Amino acid sequence: MTSKPEHIILSTNNLDIGYTTRKSKNMVASNINIELHRGELVGLVGANGIGKSTLLRTLTTLQNPLGGTILLNNKKLANYTSLELAKSMSLVLTEQIISKNLSVFELIALGRQPYTNWIGNMENEDVSMVNQALKLTNIYDIKHKRCFELSDGQLQKVMIARALAQDTDLIILDEPTTHLDMYHKAYILKLLQKLAKETNKTILFSSHEIDLAIQLCDKMIVMVKDRVEADEPCNLITKGVFQSLFPKDLIDFDANTGSFRVKK
Amino acid sequence: MPNKSTYKLAFTVLIALLLFCFFANISLGSVSIPNSELLKIFMGTSQNNSFYQIVFDYRLPKAFTAAIVGSGLGVSGLMMQTLFRNPLAGPFVLGITSGASLGVALIIMGSAIFGGVLAGSLVSKWSIVIAASLGSFLVLLSVLVVSSRVRDTMAILIIGLMFGSITTAIVSVLSYFSSAEELQQYIFWGFGSLGNLSWEEVFILFIIYFLGILLSLTSIKALNTLLLGENYARSLGLHIKRSRLTIIIATSLLAGTITAFTGPIAFIGLAIPHMTRQIFNTSNHKLLLPAVFIFGAIVMLICDSVAQLPTSDYTLPINVITSLIGAPVVIWLLVRKRKMVF
Repeated sequence: MTSKPEHIILSTNNLDIGYTTRKSKNMVASNINIELHRGELVGLVGANGIGKSTLLRTLTTLQNPLGGTILLNNKKLANYTSLELAKSMSLVLTEQIISKNLSVFELIALGRQPYTNWIGNMENEDVSMVNQALKLTNIYDIKHKRCFELSDGQLQKVMIARALAQDTDLIILDEPTTHLDMYHKAYILKLLQKLAKETNKTILFSSHEIDLAIQLCDKMIVMVKDRVEADEPCNLITKGVFQSLFPKDLIDFDANTGSFRVKK
Repeated sequence: MPNKSTYKLAFTVLIALLLFCFFANISLGSVSIPNSELLKIFMGTSQNNSFYQIVFDYRLPKAFTAAIVGSGLGVSGLMMQTLFRNPLAGPFVLGITSGASLGVALIIMGSAIFGGVLAGSLVSKWSIVIAASLGSFLVLLSVLVVSSRVRDTMAILIIGLMFGSITTAIVSVLSYFSSAEELQQYIFWGFGSLGNLSWEEVFILFIIYFLGILLSLTSIKALNTLLLGENYARSLGLHIKRSRLTIIIATSLLAGTITAFTGPIAFIGLAIPHMTRQIFNTSNHKLLLPAVFIFGAIVMLICDSVAQLPTSDYTLPINVITSLIGAPVVIWLLVRKRKMVF
């Protein structure tokens, strides 16, 4: 894949991630080099406990890297002010929102906070951004519903719409398909693919839906023991990365179908 | 979904109700003053000097105090509930009220322990106010110092409650060693009272209250963002620590000063935000905060009018009325809605 540097939204250079305690450094993964380009849908997969959350927490500045650099739009992530960052990166988290009494419209409108004045007044442009987010995610008809009335799938679409309304180059989602049934898992990921294409935003999500991610993603970041691979799904299959994703005693990766099978 | 015009209507009704309650509060009391005479007093044409004195020196400052107490405690309760994501939070959770109580207890009952220094000195109104303000400020300061090291707001809530327990324990020790007379004085302060304020005191209360309200207005956007949770709020560019500090300072200014001047007033800070949410079914603080502000003043004026037991010579402690109204309201909300959404 050839690309000019200005199309790179997010890149890491020899990034080391982990936790520091008073006594020692606890390295989770090291030497991570990834490049995310404009308009790409990127899936982050790996076994439980391999460090997906740590990587996402580091990329979203919730914790500091142990080493290496992260560049967002060619600027060091550490040099962003919180408001600048809010205009460049939006999040969809696994945690529940506090107030389920908010209406869908109000919740998505909160995505415009980095752009509004001291009391949060919505200008015409803000309202049209919210409406656009409602339309892109197909939830225009439920915009007056309150969040406690929504199903998990609808709520996830609302949270994605909120991130869209924030109008950032990069959207990061932490396991957006948990708690959803098989249809809605596919629906949400397909929606993300459509959004990346139509809005030209870079969308990075972590997931356990490896076979769906293989089918839908432009690029995948696979975290396995001792290394992190980032490439197009078909190249990763050729390289045989998915075989080393899990312990081999129970399930096996079938390179022909691009999915995992239980060993008989 | 209520639209803008229904909100406008609701606010107009609320403001009209506030004005009505204010005048009703002034016209009711142990001495009955005819409405025509009231009008004359405000026009400045009244000939009856004793009526004039009752209204201007007693009823008017009391009505203003009631409005300030209701709106101030209501707003601080609303901010605490959003900040601590807890529908049961109120001004007492940060230990503000207990801090004030500790200050007052030390002044009134401390003489028994500290001996001659305070003994015999007149316990004036001002020393109580200063002690209460200092007490709530010191407790707030301790909570702030601890909270700067803790990232979790729930931890701050518990720390505030623990400070409350500590102060209650100290007050118990003090009351054990104090004379019956001192104990009685402390208990009277603890009943809460709106009617003992002079114009000068109302003015000082108003200035600090005004500052607190201004700070709470600047926190409206932050409060709305916090409805999403702290991690989302951070991702929207909100300075969590700075906003939290502003909200806590605004609350302590409001609740601390009010408690200092009137004694601890129960349930208003907790119940008013919930009652307001029943009228304005919204979580948007741009609507909720002004609504709580007006509604709190209305409820407090009504409570005070009831406490006066109009046309009788008796006055009930204001805390009796606010508890009698506040506690059933909270129970009713819990039973009916099962869950307090906020």
